[in-house]
Amino acid sequence: MFVDVGEFDARFLRKLKGEFDESHLACFQCGVCSASCPVIGIEAGFNPRRLVKMARLGLKRLTLSSEYIWLCSMCFLCGERCPQGVRIPEVMTALRNLAVEEGYIPEPMKRIRRLLSEAGRLYPIDDFTAEERTDRGLPQIEAEPGFVKRLTGAKP
Amino acid sequence: MRYALFLGCTTPARQMNYEQSSRAVAEALGVEFIDLPFGCCGFPLEPLDRVRALAMAAQNLRIAAEEGLDIVALCSACAESLVKARWLLSREEGVLRRVNRVLKGELGVEYGGETPRVLHYARMLHEEVGLERIREAVERPLEGLRVAVHYGCHYMRPSEVYEGFEDPERPRSLDELVEATGAESVDYPGKMECCGGALLAMSERIAREMAAGKLRRLSDLGVDALILICPFCAIMYDRYQTLILEEGRVPVLYYPQLLGLALGLKPEELGFDLNAVSVEGLLEKVGAR
Repeated sequence: MFVDVGEFDARFLRKLKGEFDESHLACFQCGVCSASCPVIGIEAGFNPRRLVKMARLGLKRLTLSSEYIWLCSMCFLCGERCPQGVRIPEVMTALRNLAVEEGYIPEPMKRIRRLLSEAGRLYPIDDFTAEERTDRGLPQIEAEPGFVKRLTGAKP
Repeated sequence: MRYALFLGCTTPARQMNYEQSSRAVAEALGVEFIDLPFGCCGFPLEPLDRVRALAMAAQNLRIAAEEGLDIVALCSACAESLVKARWLLSREEGVLRRVNRVLKGELGVEYGGETPRVLHYARMLHEEVGLERIREAVERPLEGLRVAVHYGCHYMRPSEVYEGFEDPERPRSLDELVEATGAESVDYPGKMECCGGALLAMSERIAREMAAGKLRRLSDLGVDALILICPFCAIMYDRYQTLILEEGRVPVLYYPQLLGLALGLKPEELGFDLNAVSVEGLLEKVGAR
């Protein structure tokens, strides 16, 4: 992929720095993260080292619109091994959150938000499930936790 | 021993065999579980909005704190989400402020640093019940059974938030728990691989391929079972196995199902009817049928 460093966006960099985790600033591009990644062997385009570099270059549009920021499996192995202490999965989360703010939201993520804000659960406790729980001697549980709906927020 | 049981979303709706066996084994070992009105741990919301995800975890911590109970979580992602929130909110004042702004606005409450401990079910067995008591309670030693353990990722990573519990790359607790039943925990290539479960919503293809690698190797190795401690991992290795392996399928058991057999519990009490890959051969082998 061709990268135009002229797309540098200083406000994006400041925003990324302002997120909870500033560890990415220490990245020196050794690539231990990519070498440890369980996804890269299956989806060669996914490359955590490259994503951190793109973000560090302030390439806002390229980074936030990339489908690859959504393909980290959150196994946390790269973060354990990074010699510079970069919490790469946390960087992925920060990039995903900023992408959402910019309106880049993959369909499956919209569905997750809808389920949590409307039903309060990813998997509903419907009548069928409730009946099966009773048959198995399992206690009934809150079908639609109200605090989950409210805390999810209703943003589209 | 008394804990608030954190079920999460997946287990009570789609993996009732995990819940059923976990409750049965706890009862047999004298561990009491209290059910509280918990909700989502926050993990699924994290990619969309980490502040709101943390607020959700914090509210769950508050619910347990009000009862003065520590939390035992069945799902590794729930455990990690709650442990991370507890860790982060006690260290980062800026994050705590942002989380409390959400909690105040939506629920009129604040996270005041209540810190119930959060333990994964397997960790509770290992650290609180202890291997000695488990060995003493075994009535049907599973000798001759060769199983592969799968730790998954969130059970002990990020190691930073787990504060020294387990080695993030060479953990031992689940192997030791398996050995306490009399079964053998075999070493195998790819033991520490990720199941891919967290990618299932985004890319079924990648998630499935991630799970397939381990399943094919275990099938070739011919182990009696794969032992899990997380419902996400079970969806990948048990549910999806029926789509991945045509033959040479590997029975997949939750650790409490394995321990339950060793404790002499009946298969019906351990929810085996809900396992996707047939476990009949294994139940016969251990003399439970």
